[in-house]
Amino acid sequence: MSRISRLASSTILAAVLCGPAFAQETHPVTGEALAEDQTFQYRLLDQFPSIDPQLVEETAGGHVARQLFEGLLTQNSDGTLRPGVAEEWSSEDNQTWTFTLREDARWSNGDPVTANDFVFAWRRAADPATASEYAWYVELSQIRNAPAIIAGEVGPEELGVRAIDDRTLEVTLTQPLPYFPQMTVHYTFMPTHQPTIEAHGANWTNPENMVSNGAYVLDQIAVNEFFRLVPNPEYWGADDVIITEITGYVINDVNQALTRFQAGEFDMMDDLPAGSYPRLEEEAPDVAHSVPRLCSYYYAVNQSESGHEALQDPRVRTALSYAINRDVITEQILQAGQAPAYNFTHWATADFEMPEIEYASWTQEERMERAMELITEAGYGPDNPIEVNLIYNTSENHRQIATVISQMWRPLGVTTTLNNYEWQSYLEIRGNQNFDIARGAWCGDYNEASTFLDLMTSNNANNDGKFHNEDVDRLMAESVAAADPGPIYTQVEQILAEEMAILPIYHYTQNFVLDPTIRNWPMENVENNWYIRDIYRVAAE
Amino acid sequence: MLTFILKRLLIAIPVLLILIVGTFVLMYTAPGSPFATERGIPPAVLANLEAQYGLDQPFIVQIWRYIVGIVTEFDFGPSFIYRDQDVNDLIGQGFPVTLTYGVWSFIVAVLVGGTLGILAAVRHNTWLDYLAVGISIGAQVLPNFVLAPILVLVFTLLLGWLPGGGWQGGQWEYVILPVIALSTSFMASIARISRASMLEVLTSNFIRTARAKGLPMRRVIFRHALKPALLPVISYLGPAFVGMITGSVVIDIYFSTGGIGQFFVASALNRDYGVMMGITVLLGALTILFNLVVDILYAWIDPKIRY
Repeated sequence: MSRISRLASSTILAAVLCGPAFAQETHPVTGEALAEDQTFQYRLLDQFPSIDPQLVEETAGGHVARQLFEGLLTQNSDGTLRPGVAEEWSSEDNQTWTFTLREDARWSNGDPVTANDFVFAWRRAADPATASEYAWYVELSQIRNAPAIIAGEVGPEELGVRAIDDRTLEVTLTQPLPYFPQMTVHYTFMPTHQPTIEAHGANWTNPENMVSNGAYVLDQIAVNEFFRLVPNPEYWGADDVIITEITGYVINDVNQALTRFQAGEFDMMDDLPAGSYPRLEEEAPDVAHSVPRLCSYYYAVNQSESGHEALQDPRVRTALSYAINRDVITEQILQAGQAPAYNFTHWATADFEMPEIEYASWTQEERMERAMELITEAGYGPDNPIEVNLIYNTSENHRQIATVISQMWRPLGVTTTLNNYEWQSYLEIRGNQNFDIARGAWCGDYNEASTFLDLMTSNNANNDGKFHNEDVDRLMAESVAAADPGPIYTQVEQILAEEMAILPIYHYTQNFVLDPTIRNWPMENVENNWYIRDIYRVAAE
Repeated sequence: MLTFILKRLLIAIPVLLILIVGTFVLMYTAPGSPFATERGIPPAVLANLEAQYGLDQPFIVQIWRYIVGIVTEFDFGPSFIYRDQDVNDLIGQGFPVTLTYGVWSFIVAVLVGGTLGILAAVRHNTWLDYLAVGISIGAQVLPNFVLAPILVLVFTLLLGWLPGGGWQGGQWEYVILPVIALSTSFMASIARISRASMLEVLTSNFIRTARAKGLPMRRVIFRHALKPALLPVISYLGPAFVGMITGSVVIDIYFSTGGIGQFFVASALNRDYGVMMGITVLLGALTILFNLVVDILYAWIDPKIRY
């Protein structure tokens, strides 16, 4: 009997044996009665451009990659690390990391997952020929030679990662990085199957070609309509996987999606209609959820040569920041548990102690009073008004926030022109510093404060306001090697507040609706990383 | 007649070329790039991406290659956003969906709209006329982006009869709501046009003659009045048919059918140059084709028209 047919027959046998018995089953750990129907459906806003782990560049594709592939490490429901393909990991000096892979990790075609699969995938991510939009992530992780490979100066085989044997992967970094294991959770670092990619080229992600190593495999995909995943019988933890089918429906219109959710067509959707959260929460508190999400919303102030003259004065920037009544924004506009922000790093970031920012504790009247003083000191105010150009990308929330803030600035003698652009134009305009003030948001790529604070260093490509401060640059460089970078981050946040490098506005929450029969959803994972293999559906009471 | 058709098809070639060049120019003058992302892309990676898609070539070379690709291999190139797909794949998957709900919508719109219009005209100034006019005006003022959510609210959430979206290979229960939403406003227009033209025909001399010589009303309508009354309807149906089978942004967005209609907006917003061009060329070619079909139908219906 060939390997394939043996596999197929054992799968069928397993399905026959488990299928009918499953109805009465209870959860092995919690003892809850499980529902007969263990399928999970959710809504996607848009079709994902790719599910090739090295090419994924946005959330929707990332969620799918997380079910299809398994990296070295994954996350528990609270976001802490747990073994994935690697069962152990260690480093003497935080610079050379060794990962020991589990023996029973298999690809969906039965091949063992080896250290070489990771070497292949990571080189592929950095290789300019792959043209991965996430190549910068390899560089960010400090793996040796990544910048030179990305720049095309040396070949991808020079990357600081090697397979000592099939089960041992060694990673060499350019400098110590205590949080490197956190970074391996990201989809860019998931393994890919070399023979499949070589055989099928760009078509390797088609359901009939794809070979993956996660808890699920791709069963079907209809562009802009839906996709379906089914369990991977070769997965090392296949016995613990309870959900038998995952379907994602692409529904562009958010109101339509909510109606269909309410009609019971699927179990989960995030990105709720603007302003709908309070109503949903009141109607069904066990369905609507608001959990912290590692993203910060801010206004970048153009401090480059093309910037507005008045905005180069920290006193003016500070006055603008003080004048923003963040409570109005979080409580009247967003209304979904977002936290007013007076600093950049999201409050829920792991091991991050919120810095004491003076103006955070003031009342809004006190802030406004101080703002008036500062703007007068700087030589501006109602008698010498400032005209600024505020840009934002198309979204109802962005428009409302910009409108409200422009009104809050009025008493300072600041007249604001609002300019709305659609996303692609917006990126170009903001990236070329053709603005005075620009709406921005940053989401953590890993759960550590540097994922935010690195943005404020002079050479960071995403520092759109071109804020420049030598102390910040120095401190962030030092933080990388520090045993406990916490105090350094606090110091950086304080400098940012003194200089008012950006105008922080609020810290995000993830708002979503979830069918109450779905259990073990990772509510405490602030990176919004979910693994369907952990969840299950209980029988309706 | 044959010469006429050949001539029209020949003229279509330069028309399509102008369309391609014009769209290309507009596309390139729009700011932004398909590869612009919030995180920024390392220059070497960007250079590779641009080389992969031929964007590193001069404008003239790019457009030349594009046209040659279409003419020689019918290849519309890659999608700039869906990196695992090319434009032919995307249109190949989406167009059958759009064609299906488009053709059904067309049939529904013509049958219902035509019947309403003709009934209204024949029973002019009776309750039937007022009802038909009322329905068609109601349908006209209810745009599909309002109708679509209402349909889902009623048939999915309240009654639970039909799924609120999806396609599932075109099973009938998935087709009904999109067809209602898409056909309604076309139906209203067809009803109004056919009513007006039927009224006009019914007051003309040859109908009076037909009635004067004692023909039964049924025969007057079907034998004499219907054909000339349909002429204005047909000139409307050509572009309307193209409009329906190339889909609707609203239908695809509200019912997640996976059709090509949504690409009209999405590809422009994403700067997916490949898909944007492909869709434009498809729409252009179909418009030319069905305008020709309408002209041929005209000649068949109206013996006075000869090409």
